[in-house]
Amino acid sequence: MSDFRPQLGQQTPIPQEQKKQEPVLKGTFAAVLLLGAFIAISWIGVFLIFMTRN
Amino acid sequence: MKQLFDRNDGKLVIAHILFAFAALLIGGIAGMLQGMVRGGMVTLPANIGYYELLTAHGVLMALIFTTYFIIGFLYSGVSHTLGGRLLPAARKLGWIGYLTMSVGTVIGVIVILLGKATVLYTFYAPMKASPWFYIALALVVIGSWLSGFGIFYQYRKWRKNNSGKLSPLFAFMSVVTMLLWQIATIGVAIEVVVQLIPWSFGWVDTVNVVLSRTLFWYFGHPLVYFWLLPAYICWYVVIPKIIGGKIFSDSLARLSFLLFLLFSIPVGFHHQLMEPGISSFWKYLQVVLTFMVIVPSLMTAFSMFATFEMHGRAKGARSLFGWFRMLPWKDVRFFAPFMGMLIFIPAGAGGIINASNQMNAVVHNTLWVTGHFHLTVATSVALTFFGIAYWLIPAVTGRVLTPKMNRLGIIQTIIWCVGMFFMSGSMHTVGLLGDPRRTAYTTYDDHPDAVLWMPYHVAMAIGGMILFVGVLLIVYNVIALMRAPKGETEYPIGEVSEASEPTPRYLERWGIWLGIAVALILFAYTIPLIDMLNNTVNSPGYVTW
Amino acid sequence: MHLHRLEKAWLTIGIAMLAIFLIVLGTMAFSMGVTPPSAHHHTVDPANVAKTAPFDNPGIKQVSDKHYEAVMVAYAFGYTPQTLEVPAGSTVDFIVTSSDVVHGFAIVGTNVNMMIEPGEVSHISHKFDKPGTYLLLCNEYCGTGHEYMKSTIVVK
Repeated sequence: MSDFRPQLGQQTPIPQEQKKQEPVLKGTFAAVLLLGAFIAISWIGVFLIFMTRN
Repeated sequence: MKQLFDRNDGKLVIAHILFAFAALLIGGIAGMLQGMVRGGMVTLPANIGYYELLTAHGVLMALIFTTYFIIGFLYSGVSHTLGGRLLPAARKLGWIGYLTMSVGTVIGVIVILLGKATVLYTFYAPMKASPWFYIALALVVIGSWLSGFGIFYQYRKWRKNNSGKLSPLFAFMSVVTMLLWQIATIGVAIEVVVQLIPWSFGWVDTVNVVLSRTLFWYFGHPLVYFWLLPAYICWYVVIPKIIGGKIFSDSLARLSFLLFLLFSIPVGFHHQLMEPGISSFWKYLQVVLTFMVIVPSLMTAFSMFATFEMHGRAKGARSLFGWFRMLPWKDVRFFAPFMGMLIFIPAGAGGIINASNQMNAVVHNTLWVTGHFHLTVATSVALTFFGIAYWLIPAVTGRVLTPKMNRLGIIQTIIWCVGMFFMSGSMHTVGLLGDPRRTAYTTYDDHPDAVLWMPYHVAMAIGGMILFVGVLLIVYNVIALMRAPKGETEYPIGEVSEASEPTPRYLERWGIWLGIAVALILFAYTIPLIDMLNNTVNSPGYVTW
Repeated sequence: MHLHRLEKAWLTIGIAMLAIFLIVLGTMAFSMGVTPPSAHHHTVDPANVAKTAPFDNPGIKQVSDKHYEAVMVAYAFGYTPQTLEVPAGSTVDFIVTSSDVVHGFAIVGTNVNMMIEPGEVSHISHKFDKPGTYLLLCNEYCGTGHEYMKSTIVVK
């Protein structure tokens, strides 16, 4: 029989136990910053093309 | 206990998947020929036109392959997560929708190949196609509405029988996707049924061109999110299960989808930035709204990397990026969608540039735009869909993916990426040099600028031929999957991580979210539409092919 | 809803970047006049273009020193007039409409890139600093002869 309950790993924790450590996500942060840099560099590149053609 | 997929539902799903890949094959033949024509490698025989092929390619790839795969995929997840089987009414609606769309598709393709609708998949007035073309499109849209109603019906019954419980994430996301579609297609339905069909039959002499384009692009932008959101469903819900990890955050995933519902519709003007008849103010306003729809994708990027990192660190990774190596690279069910994710980085960056108001002048109607959407829909979305097929077809037909098929899948993914690198890479570059899209072979009387574009066209043709090999291989793989050894394949649905917060109930208060979505649409479009209705002069129709 | 502190940081950076782009674009558009084309709404009866001023007399005329006005009509599959000639350093105001379907109007190597729609008049201005023969082409599919639809602008 399928489980219709929200598929949590465990029950909702008691408030005192909720002061857990945040997971380590520095690799994620670095990766999205690279993504942001890609967006910035490509945008500025086309912006410069636009400005020189104006 | 592994839950087996319902056999009757499986037939509905497979019907959609196979139709989608048949469309991909025919559309792929057209696409390869187009590339070879522009690259100066072939001349078409007298009875096939470049623009007929282009119309067929756009319709089959961007409307048929996508819509059928999406509806099949969504029905599969709704069946699996909302009770293990579709309710009879939902399955019936699924089949009626499928048949209606298919009648429309067949009529449409015939009319296109007969040369009576060489208007491309955007069918801009006042080019006037055969009324049967517009009727065909209307049937496809109406069929898709019926399919959507089946999903809404199943969801609503589940909610009534499970009151107070959080809905399964796959089903929630499917409902958002079909709501988005429902609202978006109203625009193109009005354009086709109210404006174009009467005009193409000759009951009305003229058409309001600016209004027709506005109604189309009111639909045309959310259309791309209709394509993207099912790929995001795979990334959010399925991929964590495939890699052996957990969903990073249930609430943020739902919130991102609701943000797409709000901000992907009131933004059509960013496809009309270079047009007359719309003021600079409203163009800029819709550009601002467009930039807001980038935010849920930024959230999704974070969630994806976070899912991978948490999984890798749970397995012992310690360095900044060491967790990356712990992903199942040799598993096509992960590898193909992952390549889709990776390529979404340049794809999305290009989209931000396209929407940048006056900056759009650098790229409008050039091959840059074609390069852009071959990254977004034809790679990020397509590779994700291909990756889904490797578990979906076995799961719903009672078969298993073999190691050999998995290897062929990896090879197909790599071929696709190589071909797309050459083709889309050249398109982006030559587009910046001013090369127009949607244009057959020409050197503009050997103008030096145009002659400079030719080497890029050759690279595009080679890329296109490599991609066609990729098309043949995925079609082969799909057929092989249909004949794979029998066995049990689990439908992969991820579990939510312990670190995720409980999901707030307001994320499922549909009235609120739909209300905001409608308010934003009215805000972004009312005044410009009134201006168009009052101040535009209608145009007669033309058949210029 | 609680966000991981690094997600908060990422979204702050990402949204700030998008805001900067929007501020740059908005300032250029509304304070410096660098708008998308056709900022003012002008209409024309598309069935009577040839009889409606200024399109009853297409061509280029001098407005003042180094300033010209080019009135043009796009049609399947060309532009009237067929070529234009201006001295280098001139600013040209293009005023264009279509006598049939939607066309493009793109001068390769410049930011002149706009749609020409029947019933509407499109406007854009460009200063031609560099001499040369510029390719003006239609970049919106308009029918069988679309790939031949072009014109030239000679800047001496």
